[in-house]
Amino acid sequence: MRFGRTVAGRQARAAWMFLAPGLALLTLFTAWPLLRTAYLSFTEYSLLTPPEWVGLANYRELLGDDQVMNALQNTVIYAVVVTPVTIALALALAMALNAKFFGRGIVRTAVFVPFVVSLAVVSIAFRFLLDPNYGLVTHWLDMVGLAPTQGALAQPGTAMAAVMAVGVWKNVGFYMVMFLAGLQSIPRDLYEAAQLDGAGRLQKFRTVTLPLLSNQTMLVSILAAIASFQVFDQIKVMTNGGPAMSTETLVVMVNRVGINNLEFGYGSAVSVLLLLLILLLSMAQYFYFGRKQVRY
Amino acid sequence: MRTTSPALRRAWTVALTVAMLAIGLAMIFPIVWSILTAFKPNAEAASASPTLLPQTWTLENFAAIWSAIPFAQLYGNTIIFAGSVMVLSLAFDTMAGYALARFEFRGKTAAFIAIIVMLMIPYQAVIIPLYDLVHSLGLGQTVAGMIVPRSANAFGVFFMRQFFLALPKNLEEAARIDGASEWRIFTRVMLPLTTPALLTLGLFHFQFNWNDLLWPLVMSNSIDGATLPAGLALFAGQHVVEYGLLMAGSVLALIPLILFFLLIQRTFVTGIATTGIK
Repeated sequence: MRFGRTVAGRQARAAWMFLAPGLALLTLFTAWPLLRTAYLSFTEYSLLTPPEWVGLANYRELLGDDQVMNALQNTVIYAVVVTPVTIALALALAMALNAKFFGRGIVRTAVFVPFVVSLAVVSIAFRFLLDPNYGLVTHWLDMVGLAPTQGALAQPGTAMAAVMAVGVWKNVGFYMVMFLAGLQSIPRDLYEAAQLDGAGRLQKFRTVTLPLLSNQTMLVSILAAIASFQVFDQIKVMTNGGPAMSTETLVVMVNRVGINNLEFGYGSAVSVLLLLLILLLSMAQYFYFGRKQVRY
Repeated sequence: MRTTSPALRRAWTVALTVAMLAIGLAMIFPIVWSILTAFKPNAEAASASPTLLPQTWTLENFAAIWSAIPFAQLYGNTIIFAGSVMVLSLAFDTMAGYALARFEFRGKTAAFIAIIVMLMIPYQAVIIPLYDLVHSLGLGQTVAGMIVPRSANAFGVFFMRQFFLALPKNLEEAARIDGASEWRIFTRVMLPLTTPALLTLGLFHFQFNWNDLLWPLVMSNSIDGATLPAGLALFAGQHVVEYGLLMAGSVLALIPLILFFLLIQRTFVTGIATTGIK
């Protein structure tokens, strides 16, 4: 056997031994269920009887389904607003928290803490804070004359804004840390050189900071976009998709149709739609940033 | 060259400090409010003219939560679930990430692309077949059934790969010339260098599983088998009015996470710094 005799062969064997356990587990518990989801999307299946092949029926139904179009629209609106807002705020916070000032460590921790805590648990707190009768935030809004009559979560327009705000609140600290780490890896002398060349604050940001952060920016953009498309916990606990389905996203719909209504075939078709969306978007981002990436 | 006067610079620092402290305060406001509400008597928690600080301080919520739901049981479940997943996943993610970063072999690109694709899959999208699979393996309604599917993680593999990519090549070559086995090089030379990354990824794994809502909800059909967030969410659905009680449970659920984070805080940014670069 040639395998293992040459240096390259030994390397390959070692590599596969390191890779095998993780890859096997991921294949069994992620890739295989994914293929199964794809298969189930062509069937009618309710767990009680075996899946029954129905061809493209689910997809045909999906295209004409107002609920799917509503969930798709909500998902896209959520992602299009939350992703850039989170990234911009994270970068601004990282820049500010990279400067020296009293209490910097405490503020860094405070900004990061929401990422650590359970969104399901804190969402209960948000629901209560925004409650029309007992909510402290409602009470405060009332005191400054912004009287919300039914509470923010009961109205379609404000309910979406509320879950979006919670999404930004939750994740901004995590991406802030990624940017902060990137900022700290930029050599000081590059700023000094820019300063000698007469660059101002804004110019230093454009010519030194942004290009040298491009790797972090790519990673953060892709992770933030994927996270936005997968939003679930705060919607499930705060509004459960309501009022009038105004906050129902694709994942919330998969949960409702698949787990609650036991329509696994149709739920799987919605899952496939979500997955295609995420794949397309990630590729687009990867190629966009890949082209612009700065090597140094 | 532009120069700024010391006075202007001092004013800028003061403004920044005030603004950032305000932002920090706003960020933790919901958590501070939860903690304070946990100390309010029930009547006060559901008052029509709410205040931030409790008018009467009480510990009754913290005492009552233990009997309102099987709290100790849920706490234990959550520790076992999040702790085991963290340890197992750290081991497998680190090994796989190491292979993808440090070796040349056929199929490497394909394996890496597979990992990236799996990173993008929302687990909610595969949860139905996963549920079926765990049951057909005879692990339905068991702790193992909750843990095993989580014991390797595509994000973890990717994260560790990035970290290993940044380590210098000569360390491992020196050890290889000395005749060390690949396993020895990995455990004795490379792994000790990854402590910041391991702690950082450990926190991510721990908090993700500690906080997870959907998977424990689907995998346990009784409240006794659930984890803390799932138990509290179920309880919130049934008893909407007992907010003081819910907040006491929530606060107790947050303690291990906050402790974990405070413990590893120092190495935390280092852990991310070296992984975001390549």
